[in-house]
Amino acid sequence: MDIHEYQAKELLSKFGVPIPRGGLAYSPEQATYRASELGGTVVVKAQIHSGARGKAGGIKVCKTESEIESAAEFLLGRKLVTHQTGPAGKLVSRLYIEEATNIDREIYLGFVMDRASERVMVIASAAGGMDIEEISSKQPDTIIRVSVDPAVGMQQFQAREIAFGLGVDPEIVNKLVPAIMGCYRAFRDLDAMMVEINPLVITKEKQVVALDAKMSFDENALFRRPHIAELRDKSQEDPRETYASDRGLAYVGLDGDIGCIVNGAGLAMATLDMIKLAGGEPANFLDIGGGASPERVTKSFRAVLRDKNVKAILVNVFAGINRCDWVAKGVVDAIKELNITMPVVVRLSGTNAEEGRKIIDQSGLTVISAETLADAAKKSVVAAKAA
Amino acid sequence: MAIFINEKTPILIQGFTGRIGTFHAQEMIDYGTNVIGGVTPGKGGTTHLGRPVFNTVKGAVDEAGAEASIVFVPPPFAADAIMEAADAGIKYCVCITDGIPAQDMIRVKRYMRRYKKENRMVLTGPNCAGTISPGKAMLGIMPGHIYLPGRVGIVGRSGTLGYEAAEQMKALGIGVSTSVGIGGDPINGSSHRDVIEHFENDPDTDAILMIGEIGGPQEAEAGLWSKEHGKKPLVAYIAGLSAPKGRRMGHAGAIVSAFGESAAEKVDILQSCGVTIAPTPSEMGSTIAQVLAKMKKVA
Repeated sequence: MDIHEYQAKELLSKFGVPIPRGGLAYSPEQATYRASELGGTVVVKAQIHSGARGKAGGIKVCKTESEIESAAEFLLGRKLVTHQTGPAGKLVSRLYIEEATNIDREIYLGFVMDRASERVMVIASAAGGMDIEEISSKQPDTIIRVSVDPAVGMQQFQAREIAFGLGVDPEIVNKLVPAIMGCYRAFRDLDAMMVEINPLVITKEKQVVALDAKMSFDENALFRRPHIAELRDKSQEDPRETYASDRGLAYVGLDGDIGCIVNGAGLAMATLDMIKLAGGEPANFLDIGGGASPERVTKSFRAVLRDKNVKAILVNVFAGINRCDWVAKGVVDAIKELNITMPVVVRLSGTNAEEGRKIIDQSGLTVISAETLADAAKKSVVAAKAA
Repeated sequence: MAIFINEKTPILIQGFTGRIGTFHAQEMIDYGTNVIGGVTPGKGGTTHLGRPVFNTVKGAVDEAGAEASIVFVPPPFAADAIMEAADAGIKYCVCITDGIPAQDMIRVKRYMRRYKKENRMVLTGPNCAGTISPGKAMLGIMPGHIYLPGRVGIVGRSGTLGYEAAEQMKALGIGVSTSVGIGGDPINGSSHRDVIEHFENDPDTDAILMIGEIGGPQEAEAGLWSKEHGKKPLVAYIAGLSAPKGRRMGHAGAIVSAFGESAAEKVDILQSCGVTIAPTPSEMGSTIAQVLAKMKKVA
């Protein structure tokens, strides 16, 4: 789960990471008020779940009240498009108004869950301001990596090694170390998956401040982090995905026209692959999970049909814990309840597959049956093209 | 022989008396698995499904000689259950639970390293369908009847995609020595490579099918290891060719976040290691069949 910059800064500052003064605004009027509280030059920052906001015009330095007002007018309600948001962009409904900073040096500081070492890895570079992909391709020698032993957590000496490795003055090292340690503690104590400060700035006044902050959290750990769960902003999500996730379905919206309902994440990915190979385009990834009841299948149909591009639906179930007769009942109920007229292709295998097929055959509905995964993909592509 | 479990392995169910534990324990017993009992703290001394219930894993090891266990404990308590098994001297543990926090798994992995390698428990999962040695024992939640006993080892992240492979193989008359699910989480007990190493040392396994997916370094690592040390043919399918970058595809670990983690990149790396690629998920069985036919010819 991602959160906004201002939320990440608020969390990190509680762990001793220094941040510039700033405040939130929902309207141009609030923006100018916040700026007057701060005084001097301010930066108006659009709050969306994406990096590269500056390039998309989402960050504006303002000197006067009228500049602040027009920046706020311009940004609020606008959809910003970056290389991370997709062509639809993300809606700006909050602005963060922050005091301007006198930048002397920019540092990159990131914390990730490293899957190869199965530890938290700290990544730092003296070439801050660029994104990490750019740094690793253009200046790979500047990258410092430190891995943290989970038994004891990050140690002071590791933070010192990073700070000295970045080549900063000893007096700055003393300010950098607590900031690095603070980020690590936030990562650990809040069940984060990623913390990124880019840039971490050394000011002309020789202070260390986090100028930007990004955090993302482990969704499997939200049960024990209710105050993090509260920070979710649904306006930043694909509405199709919000609808499905609120109903406990694992759904990812895609751009095609074949709606997919599958059990198991691996089989669901493989089903999308087969549709592509058969010359079609999937509209979504959807895993109904184990032990799916007829109601859950019907719910899945509702979620898939919220996407108006869908022209055909493919149901692919290989039942282990699931029961094909339940799935079949769900399919029949959904078609009747939701008055579905578009073609529906169903492939059932595994537990009670025979009973499942019987339920569908006896329903009198026109459902296209498929024997194998390849057959199901082919039939759904043909059906979508004809529709 | 098979790997990890056979018809004799004394098996313990952790989270025995819950709804899910009960259902799958019964399925495992019906399959012929040697289930010796289960653990539910506070219900020790009672009987469930005709088998004793213990308060602790240590109790089950001391009194009933449990050697392998399967964890059905809910996510907040699952890491604790795995560490309890490791400490009690369980040799092989499958964790089915989906939704364990990643940092809990990091701690579990670190904890297990306190035991010497020869005493260290092997963990597979979490978030997997389990392990089956067809015709011998089932330590999982899969439909046992789709697996034919035989001589091909399967290791995979996804449960249902593993079923798909087993069914395709059965239709071609190809059997399985052991099928192992390593699960869809970013931090898991055993990697593809760890399991492939066991298959390499198993005299009853002739060839290996690896079912991978986007995200993480484990498929590439397995390919490189097999190139260096593998003597048995390795076939692989990688799911998620059409998955967009940066999106989590159901499994917590199925996300492309770095170079080399997309399906296309993994396929390239594996091919350069001499791994035979099943080009589509419908061709896992037929690709294995071709590889087996080639082996026969050479022999």
